[in-house]
Amino acid sequence: MATLHTVNKSPFERNSLDTCLSLCNNSGSILLIEDAVVGALRNTSVSERLVKAIESGVKIFALGEDLKARGLPEDRVIEKITLVDYTGFVKLATENDRVQSWL
Amino acid sequence: MAEIKSFVYINRKAPHGTIYALESLEVVLIGAAFDQQVKLIFMDDGVYQLTKNQDPEGIGMKNFSKTYAALGDYDITEIYIDQESLEQRGLSIDDLQELVYEDEDDDWKEKSSMRLVSREQLASVIDSADVLLNF
Repeated sequence: MATLHTVNKSPFERNSLDTCLSLCNNSGSILLIEDAVVGALRNTSVSERLVKAIESGVKIFALGEDLKARGLPEDRVIEKITLVDYTGFVKLATENDRVQSWL
Repeated sequence: MAEIKSFVYINRKAPHGTIYALESLEVVLIGAAFDQQVKLIFMDDGVYQLTKNQDPEGIGMKNFSKTYAALGDYDITEIYIDQESLEQRGLSIDDLQELVYEDEDDDWKEKSSMRLVSREQLASVIDSADVLLNF
């Protein structure tokens, strides 16, 4: 029974990503949307936490349209984060048993 | 003649997810049209407002990032970027659009408005303001 967690706030401004990481088990998925996509880049003060979560089995996704909107290049995203589009967002929502939105 | 005041705008929010960045830009342009002295600070997530190549069409938002290039025409020539905020976010000044103005005291030569500064320097910019506006 897997849960999709969505995070929409910048991890540099709010603690919702940290809370999400602490409550997401390794069968879960996290999708970064809206301002949260700024956390998907390499070499930031949060990137190590995301890499650790990925290594423990959590699947992390980021919405490509939100990266593009903010001028953040795809080739600067942490390697094991999968980029999805809106169709991919819907697919993730249907593949999981529930969606938890960390507002 | 009315007194000219120094307005410092502090921008600390990422663009598009909230309305702060766009609202700030609109207020800045209105203030500048009234011939007030205007300085802008971009720090914390505010540094994302100036990233190059923004394209928010896919999320149904207006691409107001192009408007920052007009700041020079409104005589806004002092734009302060917090170095520490860039570093925490894996960014460098090269990831931001270059904002310029034409210096009327120097044969209208094009000069950069961007000033990459430390927290200490930012503190003195804040202390120099008559009016502080936060977004």
